[in-house]
Amino acid sequence: MNIFVCMKQTYDLQQVRIRRETRQPVLENIPLTLGNIDKNALEEAVRLKEKSGGKITVLSAGPESLADTVKEALAMGADEAVLVMAPELGAIESALSAALLAKAAGQAGPFDLILLGEGSTDNYSGQVGPRLAELLGLPQITFAKSLVIEGRTLRALRSLEDCLEEAEVDLPALVTVVSEINEPRIPAVTQILKAGRKPKRVFRPEDLGIQIRGFAPEVQTQSNLAPIQNRKGILFKEGAKDVSALVKALEEEGLLRR
Amino acid sequence: MASVLIFSEQDRCAFELLHKAKGLGERMKLEVAAAALGASQSEEYRRRGCPRVYAGSHELLSSFDVSVYAQALCQVAAESRAAVILIGSTRSGKELAGRLAQRLGAGCLTDCQSLEYEDGALVATRNAFGGLTVAVQKLTTGVQIFALMPYLCEPAAPAEAGGEIVPITLDLKPSPVRKLKSIPKDLGAVDIEGAEVLVCVGKGLAKQEDLKIAEALASALGGFVACTKPLATDLKWLPESRIIGLSGKKGKPKLAVCAGISGQVQFAVGIRDAKTLVAVNTDPNAYIFQIADYGVVGDLHQILPQLTAAIK
Repeated sequence: MNIFVCMKQTYDLQQVRIRRETRQPVLENIPLTLGNIDKNALEEAVRLKEKSGGKITVLSAGPESLADTVKEALAMGADEAVLVMAPELGAIESALSAALLAKAAGQAGPFDLILLGEGSTDNYSGQVGPRLAELLGLPQITFAKSLVIEGRTLRALRSLEDCLEEAEVDLPALVTVVSEINEPRIPAVTQILKAGRKPKRVFRPEDLGIQIRGFAPEVQTQSNLAPIQNRKGILFKEGAKDVSALVKALEEEGLLRR
Repeated sequence: MASVLIFSEQDRCAFELLHKAKGLGERMKLEVAAAALGASQSEEYRRRGCPRVYAGSHELLSSFDVSVYAQALCQVAAESRAAVILIGSTRSGKELAGRLAQRLGAGCLTDCQSLEYEDGALVATRNAFGGLTVAVQKLTTGVQIFALMPYLCEPAAPAEAGGEIVPITLDLKPSPVRKLKSIPKDLGAVDIEGAEVLVCVGKGLAKQEDLKIAEALASALGGFVACTKPLATDLKWLPESRIIGLSGKKGKPKLAVCAGISGQVQFAVGIRDAKTLVAVNTDPNAYIFQIADYGVVGDLHQILPQLTAAIK
């Protein structure tokens, strides 16, 4: 079983603060990591491999820093990484991302299953999985919260808003997972040390026949700031003693039905 | 005439898109068209004033499948000369939007919280950086797809001007994915996104029985109990349909009471559109107080019952 897992390098958003005066996120000196739900996808690949063997290849596109960031995935259990790297690949759009991943998949050899998170940690657009499936002509199963493979058949339980849907597909297929599917492992120190020696194949977009300049930006961002919090910010510090004051305030705002 | 085409597999959401599309269509000089696929009520679109309703009936459309519906929408988009496609940003809608965008070579923004026509372009807002920021974005492509969050506006009201129902013959291939069964998640599901009052609880809740305290307050306020993700997925104290946050639902109640919730951004993005936000937390430095109108420093197990009693 050859499993590809697509992962995206992002800032560790837990560490990002907002500059109060400008409402801009402060990104200087923020460590890079791989997407949270991407790690669930990788964890699921590792579990499938533990059960029935095979090989896990991580596919990713990004700037040069990716070579280091991807070690985390190799430490978690991926066997190999196929990377597309160029300085311009810092914050790429879904369409380019899918195109690069499709080419990387072509370089990585035959596969049975491609796994992704349902959305990236930063942009959470959820487009790359379906776009990649369309590019590669693959069936897609999205939002999987569990999956089982028997022979050449994959069965998944999809988590939709109001129902769980059981779906089945013959491999090869592309599946996106939700974070509930598993708890990603924290790699042991020995795994981290070994990760540096695992094979990494690096391509430039040109090597894969992709001219980045040929991808005109499809999305124009006019601004990207923390939302304005127009809150009263009244804090009652006396706990239970202040409940009546709170009730009075809510009543004055007409929020209590009487 | 080029069109703004709407589709959602959820009827209510589709009528919200219709409402939105009517406003945009008028300003952008685009005809408003709806893709009524499968069981969708083509007559209901017409009754709500949709000028052109493409009714595609085909045995493969009986339930939503992304592969089949992407084929169908592609054909309706071509027929209606869609320049703008509005899709409901549900999970099904999102997986459809990406696939359709790739097929049509269209730009696409999902989970849009607003969409307006400004200075000759459609401008959308959506969360970025995991909800830390809100990005204001537009697309530059010829065909533009926007997946809009449910409850972005009111559904289109019944209107006088009845439109035309255009039957369309669709050429569809069956999906490679076989749907085996559908299991309802939560039989007592409530409308979190449309609720006027939400009482949200998080891991500050000591034990499952204490949910009663939150339920009593919600009932006194005429609302529902919602929760943070861990409370539903890790502890399983409430069904997943009650999750508020980035990967859950976005509430926009008149009043939200957040108790025992620290206010991490993954949760906060789902409640920050509340008109008035009350927070109860034992930690005076909890982030939730920074986005609250009224904060009470104290133990929710003590404060909520008192609040309930005072309201009653």
